Amino acid sequence: MPVLTESVGRKTLTYLDYVGGLSTQLWAALRAMGTSLPIVGNRYRWKASVDQMLQIGVSALPMVGLMAMCSGFILAMQGASELRRFGAMHYVIDLVAVGFTREMGPLLTAIAVSGRSGSAFAAEIGTMSVTEEIDALRVMAFEPVEFVLAPKYLAALIMVPCLTVASNVCGILAGGIFMFFSTHLGLGLYLHYVLSSIQLRDVISGLIKSLAFATIIVHVGCLEGFRVRGGPDAVGRSTTTAVVKSTFLVIVADVIFTAIFYFTGKH
Amino acid sequence: MAIISIRDLIVEYDGRRVLDRLNLDIEPGETMVLLGGSGSGKSTLLRQILGLERAHSGGAFVKGIDITRCSQAELRLVRRSIGVAFQSGALFNSLSVKDNVALALREHTALAPSIIDLMVWMNLAAVGLAEFGHLHPQELSGGMKKRAAVARAIALDPEILVFDEPSAGLDPIVAAELDELILLLKKAFQMTVIVVTHELSSAFRIADRIAMLYNGTFLATGTKDEIRNSQHPRIRQFLDRVPDKMGEPSEVAASFGKYLRGEEAGL
Repeated sequence: MPVLTESVGRKTLTYLDYVGGLSTQLWAALRAMGTSLPIVGNRYRWKASVDQMLQIGVSALPMVGLMAMCSGFILAMQGASELRRFGAMHYVIDLVAVGFTREMGPLLTAIAVSGRSGSAFAAEIGTMSVTEEIDALRVMAFEPVEFVLAPKYLAALIMVPCLTVASNVCGILAGGIFMFFSTHLGLGLYLHYVLSSIQLRDVISGLIKSLAFATIIVHVGCLEGFRVRGGPDAVGRSTTTAVVKSTFLVIVADVIFTAIFYFTGKH
Repeated sequence: MAIISIRDLIVEYDGRRVLDRLNLDIEPGETMVLLGGSGSGKSTLLRQILGLERAHSGGAFVKGIDITRCSQAELRLVRRSIGVAFQSGALFNSLSVKDNVALALREHTALAPSIIDLMVWMNLAAVGLAEFGHLHPQELSGGMKKRAAVARAIALDPEILVFDEPSAGLDPIVAAELDELILLLKKAFQMTVIVVTHELSSAFRIADRIAMLYNGTFLATGTKDEIRNSQHPRIRQFLDRVPDKMGEPSEVAASFGKYLRGEEAGL
């Protein structure tokens, strides 16, 4: 029994330490964000932010678009296979449009960015820790959070919502292509139905989710990198851990946000 | 007055004492070599002097400020007067050599870009790398990386210059060239130099004083001649390169013998 309580206590402390680390890092990043902004901030930091935007956003666009199109087809086909039996094929449009703007778009984008960029952040910062570059930044009187993390965070806060919008568009277009081939519904009419089925609230709730997901992905990835101790194997482990933890936390956050929007939306 | 004072410094990792009540004064303009074997606590002491870790008790005073306990603002201020050349160089791989050297000048001074370019060229010329500024760290040899790290360390004209294992991993000729560079820099810029090393030839070539570390304590502190003529058994063992158990197989040799006989595998 003492062994069990000891183990539970130790695990609890580890989790609390992790949550504490994330909160401290988030606070430090928010305080340092000003330096990454254009005009009012430091121009080198803004340049780093733009580089990160290209890596997080522009480079990920083909992958996110393709994932969204495949998921759009899947959602439309699965929906159609059931709804066809009830003669309710027009609900496929609602399913795809609302499903993507509220849920699938932000979630698919977050998973793609977590796999691509979250792991890259952990690997980059982990390697910097192992090769003493983080220590070098500190002794050169730079704050690693400001120097390394803030540009990534700013870039993710801008690009993840943009990718989410792109994902929504691709997913909905895939639904339109499916509807054209299965029911000969014209693309113009399909888009008209899409616009009438989604509300601004659906789009905004998806974008709010995407901001939260961007925060989770960047902070988990960077914290895993900053905590690397040892050699290259530790960098590898941190990369895997970053993807696993951020994907898990993204899904948990999704449940929480969906519940909040569901219960607030009922009134 | 000493520029660096270590007072009753104790450092513990997981209850294990790594530095045990150390006291040391480093005077302005002198070259202090921290000499000791692997695991003696040299690098830990250096991390304390650089404010990279918190002490268990005692303090490391740099220019009168306890760097192990001061505020972040004080720490940043003190660090601007310290230049560090790390063991691995710790150059930022994403930047060219020129940008590595220019980084602190761009961030911490309001100098015009043309002046910064000139200063970077002068620093690179001082270490013999004027023609290699456009290269990235991964394109440099080990010796060149260390020299580039020195150029970066002296960029802000620091009062204190710190070298962590400058000759580690270098052939004797390149190591001797680096020793020569340290002596030249000290003569030219009148800096206080701290060198952490286990290389005897380097230590005796560049030191004004030597502090000999063993198991987290200072065995002796004195001039080169005082250390060279010391009769302390551990210092004599280190200087005369004698294995731990004279006449008996060392721990490594005994373990290797067991391996050859198959005892380690339980055969």
